Amino acid sequence: MSVPHDAIGAEYPGFFKRLSVTDWLWAALVTVSTVFVLAVFGQYMDIYQVITLIVHAILGVWLGWYWKPFRAYAVAVGLLSVLGVLSYGDSLARAETNFFLKYLVSGQSAVMWMCALLFMSTAAYIAYLFRRDASGTAGVMPAMVTAAGTGLLGGMLLWLGQAGIVPGLEWVSPLAFLVAVGALTGPLSRTEFSAQVGGALAWVAATFGLVGLFVRWRETYLHDPAWGYIPVSNLWEVFVLFCVVTVLMYLYYERRSRNRGMGGFVLLLVSGAVAFLLFYTLDRQAHEVQPLVPALNSWWMKVHVPANFIGYGGFAIAAMLGVAYLMRARGERLRPDGLLARRLPGRQVLDDVMYKSIAIGFAFFTIATVLGAMWAAEAWGGYWSWDPKEVWALIVWLNYAAWLHMRFTKGWRGVPMAWWAIVGLLLTTFAFVGVNMFLGGLHSYGAL
Amino acid sequence: MNRSSQDSASPRHPSRLSILVSFLGSMNLAITLLVILAVASVVGTVLEQNQPFQNYLMNFGPFWHELFRTLNLYNVYAAGWFLFVLAFLVVSTAVCIYRTTPTMLRDMRNFRLNVREKSLRSFAHNVQSETHPEPPAQVLERAGNVLGARGYRVRQVEQADGTRLLSAMRGSGNRLGYFFTHGAIVIICVGGLIDGRVPLMLAEMTGNLVLETREIPASQVPEQSRLGPSNPSFRGSVEIPEGHSATVAFITIRDGYVVQDLPFRIEVKDFRVERHETGQERAFESDLVIHDDELDEPLARTISVNEPLIHRGYAIYQASFRDGGSFLNLNLHHLARGARDPLPLDTRVYGNHVQELTDGSRYTFEFTDLQTHNIGTVVDADGNAERRDMGPSLDYTIRDPSGSGMFFRAMKNPMERDGTRFVLTGVRHSTAEPFQYLYMPKDPGGDGVDRFMRMVSFLNDDQQVADVVADVATSAARQFQGTQGEVPLEVVETIMIRLMDLFVQGGYDAIVADIEQRAPQQQWESLMDLFGRVVNMTLREVYMRVLAEEGIESMTGVEAAYLDDALVALDALPHFGSDFLITFNDFEHVQASGLMITKAPGQNVVYFGSLMLIVGVFLMLYMSHRRCWLMVRPAGQGSQLVFAGTSNRNMLEFDEEFDTLSRHVLGQESPGDTTGHARESSENDPR
Repeated sequence: MSVPHDAIGAEYPGFFKRLSVTDWLWAALVTVSTVFVLAVFGQYMDIYQVITLIVHAILGVWLGWYWKPFRAYAVAVGLLSVLGVLSYGDSLARAETNFFLKYLVSGQSAVMWMCALLFMSTAAYIAYLFRRDASGTAGVMPAMVTAAGTGLLGGMLLWLGQAGIVPGLEWVSPLAFLVAVGALTGPLSRTEFSAQVGGALAWVAATFGLVGLFVRWRETYLHDPAWGYIPVSNLWEVFVLFCVVTVLMYLYYERRSRNRGMGGFVLLLVSGAVAFLLFYTLDRQAHEVQPLVPALNSWWMKVHVPANFIGYGGFAIAAMLGVAYLMRARGERLRPDGLLARRLPGRQVLDDVMYKSIAIGFAFFTIATVLGAMWAAEAWGGYWSWDPKEVWALIVWLNYAAWLHMRFTKGWRGVPMAWWAIVGLLLTTFAFVGVNMFLGGLHSYGAL
Repeated sequence: MNRSSQDSASPRHPSRLSILVSFLGSMNLAITLLVILAVASVVGTVLEQNQPFQNYLMNFGPFWHELFRTLNLYNVYAAGWFLFVLAFLVVSTAVCIYRTTPTMLRDMRNFRLNVREKSLRSFAHNVQSETHPEPPAQVLERAGNVLGARGYRVRQVEQADGTRLLSAMRGSGNRLGYFFTHGAIVIICVGGLIDGRVPLMLAEMTGNLVLETREIPASQVPEQSRLGPSNPSFRGSVEIPEGHSATVAFITIRDGYVVQDLPFRIEVKDFRVERHETGQERAFESDLVIHDDELDEPLARTISVNEPLIHRGYAIYQASFRDGGSFLNLNLHHLARGARDPLPLDTRVYGNHVQELTDGSRYTFEFTDLQTHNIGTVVDADGNAERRDMGPSLDYTIRDPSGSGMFFRAMKNPMERDGTRFVLTGVRHSTAEPFQYLYMPKDPGGDGVDRFMRMVSFLNDDQQVADVVADVATSAARQFQGTQGEVPLEVVETIMIRLMDLFVQGGYDAIVADIEQRAPQQQWESLMDLFGRVVNMTLREVYMRVLAEEGIESMTGVEAAYLDDALVALDALPHFGSDFLITFNDFEHVQASGLMITKAPGQNVVYFGSLMLIVGVFLMLYMSHRRCWLMVRPAGQGSQLVFAGTSNRNMLEFDEEFDTLSRHVLGQESPGDTTGHARESSENDPR
């Protein structure tokens, strides 16, 4: 039947009309919080800080509208951070006596929670990949073989490390054990249950990670008001930031692509960062708050570093999806009915999310590099000095620019792009930590 | 359309210019150039830049050194070929923009109303209906409204056979993204070249500028090595001691420099290092005064790291600091007989002192650096590491008559170890080694090491040592009797004098070495025990006499503890490696502030380019150029139609958008209820 002519409402509701009551409640909450902060603390803030706060509020409202789960996350982070800050009062010593601080929300405890939860989340996501088939038990055998293999590998890494044969390997062994645990427990379920658990754990972990950074921010002032700095200034702090940013970006793409199969891969890489954090904390005591060196005492750090880590997070996700892509492609080629070909996300989904994470990573890496140049102009006397860090940032940028070019102009897809994304992450890692370790230069703030 | 026919005709008669243009604008060339630049840049980060040639020669050997030097790899970012490749890349990108822009603009404006039905039917996104119930006009009107409401721009045309075509597009800004990003690359590089060293290199090549390599005052640098204030861009530096001023900056080029004259005078009133309570640096600040004829009164401003001063386009940065020739008050001890009578020295950092000995040999003391703070990590008894400030230190070099030097570091403040306070002096044979420290116990009642120096002096006085030996010999002889039977007193004394001599020359180690050289092995242990006791008895007596000079008659616990520490130090003293020791009494700090002075007129060009780049990247990545066509012709009561669409980005999103659009356009659903139509993307999608 044809629809009567006049009954057709052609108008597509505008952006604001599409917002629900919850959306407006969210906007109201952010607005009220911002006004509250301005009313109570406005007298201590200069004009730049007021503008920064308002810009953040606007971004927060927009992000909450655009990505609904962000709202619950932001509220949880806010409440826990406030709990941490209030529990401290003005005495750092309460970290040892106050229950909440000692076990939950001091900068250090919260980050340790994040580490533990990320490990668990990784195992759960991997378990999802090894879930039992809806009918039959075809997947159980490979799962057990994987569990045995990775368990053995983990044991060997642990032994090699602890016996001092290859010192440091013991810190890598958790990654193998996580895969083993995932493969072992995966076949217990037939449903999406373990992936849902993994997702929930990842959300809570990201909450604790950000709370840890916020409370630590306060702690830097409690150590000495003259120290106070935003905790994105040393290697330990930026690794926490990396975990939080990467997990959040992953969760966004998980929801958007409606595919939980990528979690095992992305979270495994994040677990690698967690393993490093644990080593850095337990072996090197790098978590202790130290005052900033004068070169880092700048407003620019607050924008330059986070922008960079959105870039790194995007590149990391893309590389791990590249790994998944290669495994899936190989599985389809060799054993089309095998676990790899059936369980890993579809190639089109992987390709698409890989492109999206490189795109967002590239966009923010561009911003970060430009911000870095502007900061360099203020701190080092020139926006570009061919410092090793600058040169390697340029190489990373060119690498991903070339990746995008090839995709746009030559239509490259598939296996070569997956390999390229992996190589890209190696370059990025070198630019991120390798330059500081091996090449030095003006930008060597993190040391092992 | 004319344009495209020209384009298709041109390959048949390619002019030289068009060949050149297509070569320059080709992506392959651009990629080749980029790879060359990337590799060269990496080489520049791996190969430490701008080191003295001597270092490279030692590291790589003559062959590779010569090759690297010829390729200019030691200063690769200023190498002619590097800049040439960079310039070539700019030209290539510019040509690429020139070639592509017309197509881009056409693409943004053109609604492609000449699209063929056949191609529409072959689009990946298309919906076809041979028997749509509504008449064409109704479908077209609704389609126009639906697409318009979604932000599409819409055009309609009626073709000769009565077929009507509606074309819509959205997000053509994506094409601007191309223009913005590529244009930004050109703008940034041009800005960078303005601020780069190209003009200096040209001036040097044409001989208008000659590098100065001598260490001479700036005022004596000849005109051919100077740059006037009209020089549009440079990056130089200058060190100004507190209370002094400068009107020039130095631009370092390879192994030389040129002098950049400034149109104003910079005075450094004061330089400060602000510190945290732990002693770590918090801020470096200079109080500057700019004296400029163009100013009504001098401009006073404090600069610090991250907070430069910008005056008339010149940016002045806090870049470094060093000692500006601090005043020093020292004591020079000659570790022989003169140790108790030190020579007071009043000198300055960077100053020299020449000491002539009685035998005519001349030793030169060079005072090289003063540090006011030395932050080190101290581990206490509980194993807690704590960062602590060890106080001021003075670095000096002693050159013997042959000119070879030993390097020393005198700490001003005593350091506490296990409850005792020591005065420390470090020594090393080359600047690459860490310091080995001599721990001299501090006088119990004062700040100096006078008592220790008196002991050193005493031990170096043969007459006094003989005196002491004569006193101690009788009781020492009893020790000898225990193991060796009767030993004449003269023999005991001779042995003791010899032992003391060995101790002064080489510590306990020398005595041990002497025993091992002279005695049979079975006696070593007993002799070491015996000689050790005898030496300690003698030293104890020496100590008692030194105490007596201070008016102390009996040894209490404090004095006994001092003796233990003093013996350790005396044992180490022969390994100190110098006959001289300097104690660091006091200083008056004078610092020099290291300023970097730059003029970078290209900076705003670069920033503009950067902004363009960011905008362009977002346009390119997050705006997709989408097109939809609706081709309708009457068929009976209703119509026959094709609805097709395409997007140049984000195909998966467009899948959903097209799905919704097509249903709305065909009237299968009204746009009000938009929920629940997201297509489940299959997990096992075979594509």
